[in-house]
Amino acid sequence: MALLAFHHITKRFGSLIANNDITLSLESGEVLALLGENGAGKTTLMNILYGHYLADEGYIEVDGTPLPPGSTDAAIKAGIGMVHQHFTLAENLTVLENIMLGTESLWSLSQKQTAARKKLAQMSLDYGLAVAPDAPVSALSVGERQRVEILKALYRDARVLILDEPTAVLTPQEAESLFSTLESLTKRGFAIIFISHKLHEILRISDRVAVLRRGQIVGSVATADADRSSLAEMMVGRKVERPSLDPMATGKAVVRLEGVTLQNRNEVPTLDQISLTVHQHQIIGIAGVAGNGQSALADLLSGLSSPTKGTFELLGQAVTRASPADIVHRGVGRIPEDRHHSGVVGDMTLWENLVSEDLRVPPVSRGGFLIDQKACIKRAERLIEQFDIRCEGPEAETKLLSGGNMQKLILARALSPNPGFILANQPVRGLDEGAIAYVHGQLLAARERGAGILLISEDLDELFSLCDRIAVIYHGKLTRSFDAKSVTAGQLGLMMAGQDPGDIELPSEQTIEQAKASISDTLQDQGTKIHAD
Amino acid sequence: MLDIFDILISAGFWAATLRIVSPLILGTLGELICERAGVLNLGIEGIMTMGAMCGWMWVYMGGDLWSGVLFAAFVGALFGLLHSSFTVYLGLSQHVTGIGITLFASSLSYYVFRMLLPNATTPPKIVPFQPYEIPLLSDIPVVGEALFSQTPLTYLALLLVPAVWYVLYKTPVGLAVRMAGENPMAVEAQGINVLSIRTGAVMVGSAFMAVGGAFITMSAFDAFYFGMINGRGWICVALVIFASWRPGKALIGALLFAGLDALQVRAQQMAGAIIPYQFFLMLPYILSIVAMVIMARRASYPQALLTPFRRGERT
Repeated sequence: MALLAFHHITKRFGSLIANNDITLSLESGEVLALLGENGAGKTTLMNILYGHYLADEGYIEVDGTPLPPGSTDAAIKAGIGMVHQHFTLAENLTVLENIMLGTESLWSLSQKQTAARKKLAQMSLDYGLAVAPDAPVSALSVGERQRVEILKALYRDARVLILDEPTAVLTPQEAESLFSTLESLTKRGFAIIFISHKLHEILRISDRVAVLRRGQIVGSVATADADRSSLAEMMVGRKVERPSLDPMATGKAVVRLEGVTLQNRNEVPTLDQISLTVHQHQIIGIAGVAGNGQSALADLLSGLSSPTKGTFELLGQAVTRASPADIVHRGVGRIPEDRHHSGVVGDMTLWENLVSEDLRVPPVSRGGFLIDQKACIKRAERLIEQFDIRCEGPEAETKLLSGGNMQKLILARALSPNPGFILANQPVRGLDEGAIAYVHGQLLAARERGAGILLISEDLDELFSLCDRIAVIYHGKLTRSFDAKSVTAGQLGLMMAGQDPGDIELPSEQTIEQAKASISDTLQDQGTKIHAD
Repeated sequence: MLDIFDILISAGFWAATLRIVSPLILGTLGELICERAGVLNLGIEGIMTMGAMCGWMWVYMGGDLWSGVLFAAFVGALFGLLHSSFTVYLGLSQHVTGIGITLFASSLSYYVFRMLLPNATTPPKIVPFQPYEIPLLSDIPVVGEALFSQTPLTYLALLLVPAVWYVLYKTPVGLAVRMAGENPMAVEAQGINVLSIRTGAVMVGSAFMAVGGAFITMSAFDAFYFGMINGRGWICVALVIFASWRPGKALIGALLFAGLDALQVRAQQMAGAIIPYQFFLMLPYILSIVAMVIMARRASYPQALLTPFRRGERT
């Protein structure tokens, strides 16, 4: 008998069918990967299992016993544990407090902290998941927080562990250590449901893959019989080909930075004497480990800060004191790093978000202060069509969009005025295969039309497939840019770890994998140094 | 300056401070419990008025003092239930609901008072709580008179500070309350009903507020009249921020405010001829604002304060 079985689960949100007649089962000791694009219904299905949502139809059995629907308490008692994509931890409370919540009768007059601490220490040792019980969660790294989430589930004696996009926020090393934890758990008979849209992870960790598309199971295969392209095709429903870069003659400079320095409030330079030129018909990539000044560079180019020193020329004109509105009207299209935080206002409608950069320009505004709603909605309808934004219409709330569609909305807003310069900061972070191909295609089309593009990314694969030239940012300093065809991943990796480009010998035959390994080694070195201090 | 010093070492000053601080402690603890669970309760001013009226009326109608306090607490809890049915279950604006409750509860108090006592011209009186001198301790000179000759409700208020601290920090239900104010999803994910936790906290907190109001008519004075809460509820809301949502700091803040209030009454008598008395009336508020500005900078507020939690909804 299966450990866990879904029977004909259907869930609707308004007119949207999130899960449509899903039947699925899970054996103990098995890793089942749930693969699907964003918005395919993976998380909804897991939220039904864990009791967050109530299914409209169907039921779930654990060990052949029906699970009471809509009760997280019942799910936990049945041995189901969930590691949510957005961690359910209270940051101001300690690790131990977060784990202990709900483990004792609410009305007991004291907490058995000592016993809990002991049990937690034993578990940490057993599963190799070290945590500091008295540290506030806010002091933990993302990887450590995830460990706490796993421990929370194990502490409640979970037998089935649901991991919702567990690697989305992890560095490659953290992901690797998560995988070895999961392997040791399955050896002990735990069953794991692993939600992801990253194919290589699924091939690496799972025993069986169930593919969801638009709320339906479209296929279920043993991982051994699957490969990357077959899974991708099943997930997207058609063949996905990433667009490729054609060589093209560059035009005049659209952005020129000369010795630009940016200081933060503590007078620490976040950008240190950087120089950079982006031409028409050109995509320049900025490689680097997160936190080396990418945000400062993006802020500068999107008008959120002005250079402390140096010159900044945009489309032939010098920029001294810029405001974001100014920058937009000079012809810059901006794709921000965090679309939820600085890309859209989730509680406002699609059309409002689509016109938000043109509020004082006709036809959006009449006379500079009245909004012409009809014109806005008309424009929104056109953009929704043109950029294939899947939504309920221009009046829908933006937060209801899936990640890919939200990014399409931002692309529509940034690219439809045909900007001369485009700042794309991590434009495909958290997106699925289909959406990634779409975003890349749009950027390449913009390049074709004559835009100059700056692409900030931590993913070397992305940079190599999209960029004409690549520069590396490290500790606020930017190297000169290198031809993407002649520079190797290994050389970039060394520069990302802080080596001077002058010291690097060019003919090195390192592969991307080796480069990644060398970067992670350097990171670990840095990490140890910090701990030693 | 010497005169101020004389005041500060007089037993009368400290006795007055403790009298003034009692309703503030009760109100502040009540607000703190609500906010720790993630619900701002601006109904406090009205709930205190309601508590003041109900407790007093109960005794005036022939009930005894302690059951009057319980009655006030019960009515306070009912208003807490009203507040949470709007803010917790329906997820409506906590600000608007709170102000509405204050307007409703204050008006209802005066209305009921007038309905039950239509002919009273001068406010009728009850026999309030009398000071209870703690044996031995109250015999200590100055300190005894100041600290150990208070009414029982003052002792209760002071004892509730460590009690609330213990419950919040040392019991499972306290952990659930704090967690509900930080990340309700974490509470839900551990199989606990967020809505019940929040409702319970708001009801208990509102009961505290009502007892704070009852202190004024049953312990500090012996009558109920119009406008007698006089903004104390709002002071409590400010004190919670001053205290960074911690019971111990709330006690310190309340004592500071009450001390300044007791001081200004005495300073008025001293310097009233030269400086207009309104200046002294203003003092505690000004100093509170200054203290707030300094303290509130470092305040770490409950992260889910003001955020309604809705089950089974897409976020």
